[in-house]
Amino acid sequence: MSAPPLVERITEWLRRNVLASPVHRFGWASLLLLIALAVAPTKDFFNQWRHYQRQYKKFISTRSDSATLQHHFTPGIQQIWLPELAVVDRCTTCHLAVTEKTLQDASSVPEPFRSHPPVAHNVKDWGCVVCHRGQGPATEVAEAHNTTRAWEEPILPARYLESSCGQCHRAPLTGTPQLNLGRNLLGRYGCVHCHTIKLPDGSAVQPTDNPPSLSHIADKTTREWIYAWLKDPQAYAVSATMPNYKLTDADARDISAFLVANSTPVAGDSAPASGTGNKDQKAPDPTAGASLYGESFCASCHAVQNAAGNIVGGDLGPELTRIGNKAKPEWLRAWLRNPRIYDPETAMPHYRFTDPQVSLLTAYLGNKTDSDLLANVHLDAATPEQIAHGKRLTVEYGCAACHEISGIRKPDNFAPELTRIGSKPLVQISFLPGMKHSTPDYIAAKIRQPRSFGPGLKMPQYGLAPSQIDALTTALLALTDRAQDLPLVWSVPAKAPSSYQPAGKAGKLISDLACFSCHAINGRGGDMAPDLSWEGTAVQRQWLQAFLKNPGTLRPALIRRMPQFNLSESDINELTDYMMTAYQTPAFDRDSMPSNAYPPAELEQGKQLFYSKYACQACHIIDTKVDKGYVGPTLTQVGSRLNAAWIYHWLKNPQALQPGTIEPNRNMDDEDARALTAFLMTQKGSGQREAKK
Amino acid sequence: MTKHWRTVFLVSLTFASSGCARDRGSAPTPQPTAFGATLVESSGGKQIGATGTVLAQPVVVQVNDDKGTAVAGALVEFSGSGNVTFDPAVGLTDSSGQFSTNVALGSMPGRYRLTAHTATKARKSVDLKIEEIALGYQQQVGFQLNQKYCSRCHDPESTPEQVSNYDNLEVKPHPFTEGDTLNKMSADDLTAIISHGGPALNRSALMPPYGYTLSKTDIEALISYIRLVSDPPYHPSGTAYAKR
Repeated sequence: MSAPPLVERITEWLRRNVLASPVHRFGWASLLLLIALAVAPTKDFFNQWRHYQRQYKKFISTRSDSATLQHHFTPGIQQIWLPELAVVDRCTTCHLAVTEKTLQDASSVPEPFRSHPPVAHNVKDWGCVVCHRGQGPATEVAEAHNTTRAWEEPILPARYLESSCGQCHRAPLTGTPQLNLGRNLLGRYGCVHCHTIKLPDGSAVQPTDNPPSLSHIADKTTREWIYAWLKDPQAYAVSATMPNYKLTDADARDISAFLVANSTPVAGDSAPASGTGNKDQKAPDPTAGASLYGESFCASCHAVQNAAGNIVGGDLGPELTRIGNKAKPEWLRAWLRNPRIYDPETAMPHYRFTDPQVSLLTAYLGNKTDSDLLANVHLDAATPEQIAHGKRLTVEYGCAACHEISGIRKPDNFAPELTRIGSKPLVQISFLPGMKHSTPDYIAAKIRQPRSFGPGLKMPQYGLAPSQIDALTTALLALTDRAQDLPLVWSVPAKAPSSYQPAGKAGKLISDLACFSCHAINGRGGDMAPDLSWEGTAVQRQWLQAFLKNPGTLRPALIRRMPQFNLSESDINELTDYMMTAYQTPAFDRDSMPSNAYPPAELEQGKQLFYSKYACQACHIIDTKVDKGYVGPTLTQVGSRLNAAWIYHWLKNPQALQPGTIEPNRNMDDEDARALTAFLMTQKGSGQREAKK
Repeated sequence: MTKHWRTVFLVSLTFASSGCARDRGSAPTPQPTAFGATLVESSGGKQIGATGTVLAQPVVVQVNDDKGTAVAGALVEFSGSGNVTFDPAVGLTDSSGQFSTNVALGSMPGRYRLTAHTATKARKSVDLKIEEIALGYQQQVGFQLNQKYCSRCHDPESTPEQVSNYDNLEVKPHPFTEGDTLNKMSADDLTAIISHGGPALNRSALMPPYGYTLSKTDIEALISYIRLVSDPPYHPSGTAYAKR
């Protein structure tokens, strides 16, 4: 009831004061316009970034170095633009002091004003989002750091930060152990058998796990073992990389039935003459078996679980803790005699074991059993339906993506491609209820428990440690759109894999002995043992011959040792000839320095230099009674092992001959290097020490 | 009218309280069934990890009574400096009196102080301080270089995987944790001794020069690592910029 008079009163007031005359009207309209126009600047004045810049000015005014900091400070929106990477980065608008060295201290400098800890790149050149992700162009905290409706890239959690390095750097970096490990695991756990990961150069990441062929598996093991293995691979071997497919009893039964029925005997793997009669003979001595296992350095590649539960030994070959449960004695015998007949591509060397040695090792390994493993496995004879069902399951689970199985084609792109997984848009990801909506969390959860994302998913369960899951997640997060679309000049590729294969008879021997499993030559091979690319320049012929006959360790502190392969005289000569001829450095001539007849004064000077100026005894041993250097090779026989020219050039620059060796470059002058070479060449070992003149 | 508002108020109050109840239900603070007198570290202190990562070993603490016997069912709470997170942060000790938590370090390099907390029956607070070390990029590079080049002589601990040469050396190298000595050396001193070997500072020639093997940034990274792991902690004696 009281409303109309109020409206009337206001209208009346407006009419009298505001709309009284054109001048009034114009004045009031101008005022309104001015207020409207002032909204934007006011909003701008209260912007978050202005707030931080005001705070920063206040903060630096309290410090003793405020003049310098004030001088470096430029007000306004700061922007780093990297057109080649399509990056616009305004983070330094609030993170004003990222390069101020004096603002490092966490206890006295509040965020966002702290300077960036030192990294390999200049932060002012690269900005923040290339490494930390987030929305570069944003000027509000929430929009810059978190996902918004407009932008999808949140800040990367610090635990996965190394992944950002991996966008450009394909080669391993000293500062990124987690990324390096993750990339290694992608190959070692065979992730890339099923998931394709393409590199910007068009090649694909290759697996390094070499899963065995199943085409002849019935030669090797029993259906019961296959069943138990399929049900839980880690129950057989804790360190097994085969994942758990969580198969039902019936499915494991049918797959094992199919694999056994599908298996064909290996051609040429005839029953050995001495093998059959062995059972009637008395059991071989187990201690002799154990010592042969030790002498053959099986543990360099194979591990066993000891009583304390620790895995002891190398990881190049499969764990042998329960090998007696798995391998049939006939197969084991044939395998030990020549593994290349069953698997031509195996990393296992062809030891030239004698028949008694084969029997001894077969018996020793056959006793490595766990009575519980197969105790409850009772399988009835397989029916044709079961075998057919097993075949369907084998196809369905993609077994042939990793294993060769005769009659089943290796599936292409069996699992989703991961080439750009690190940039997968959040809208395309189906998160689990209660899960944080972020790509890293999704990837980590997928690796941790793949099947938790829904029934019927095929990805198996891996028994990875939390640190391994983080490492894999880091490696996968490096696979971004940016990594793929990077201009070539920005990318630092890994060394291209080498397919070097030595030719001729020696080449066959090198393959047969699987030298590449441990040694690298011309870019191909393992890193367990020294690179042999220039071995022919380094060592003397007689030493190499003697070493191949009876290998020893050159370093007192090294456990791993090269096996002795029982090579024949002609094989040794073949290998020695080849290595001495083919594996030479182009940098200098092996025979350019004499091996003897250095002047005594030079020898004496060399000795002085060895013990005083260069203190080589810190790491090396010349005199076993006095020296204790346990780091480098023992040098008591170096004069009969290495060539003088090699020693000389090594002393001048060790890294030039073996990149990455830890022996420091001493920047030695020619005279010192020559004197030391002379002294070292007199170290011929106790047996053949030359009389000094 | 008033009745209507009261209904709305009551309904919203119910909602709010039920919300609270649900929150408490998802992360219940367990009720201790026993109380100890002391808190000791079992394992997991002084670990080195990269910033933001979960430490390789869990941090395990044990609650004992005044006779030194382990107490099961005592409440242990973890808190930490920086943005350290714990999984779990609160829990009861197990049957052996221990409580174990996985620690994720914060995102800034440096030392992180963790506090494990328990209470006695008389509600007296018992705290245990544990320190962990977070490597930033630079210290990570230093740590890796240390593993490759330095630790063979500077780390007295010898394992079958990495035999230490420490005991074999006539003049003993300084372990990098030896803050009493190393903190007194300036960055220039350390750079000189790493680049030019022991004789550069009239020390043993058993320390070889690495100036022709490692780059300047490598050596800076090593020093930054050495400073970080030093015990007692290293405090730069240079200009104090912050006025407090």
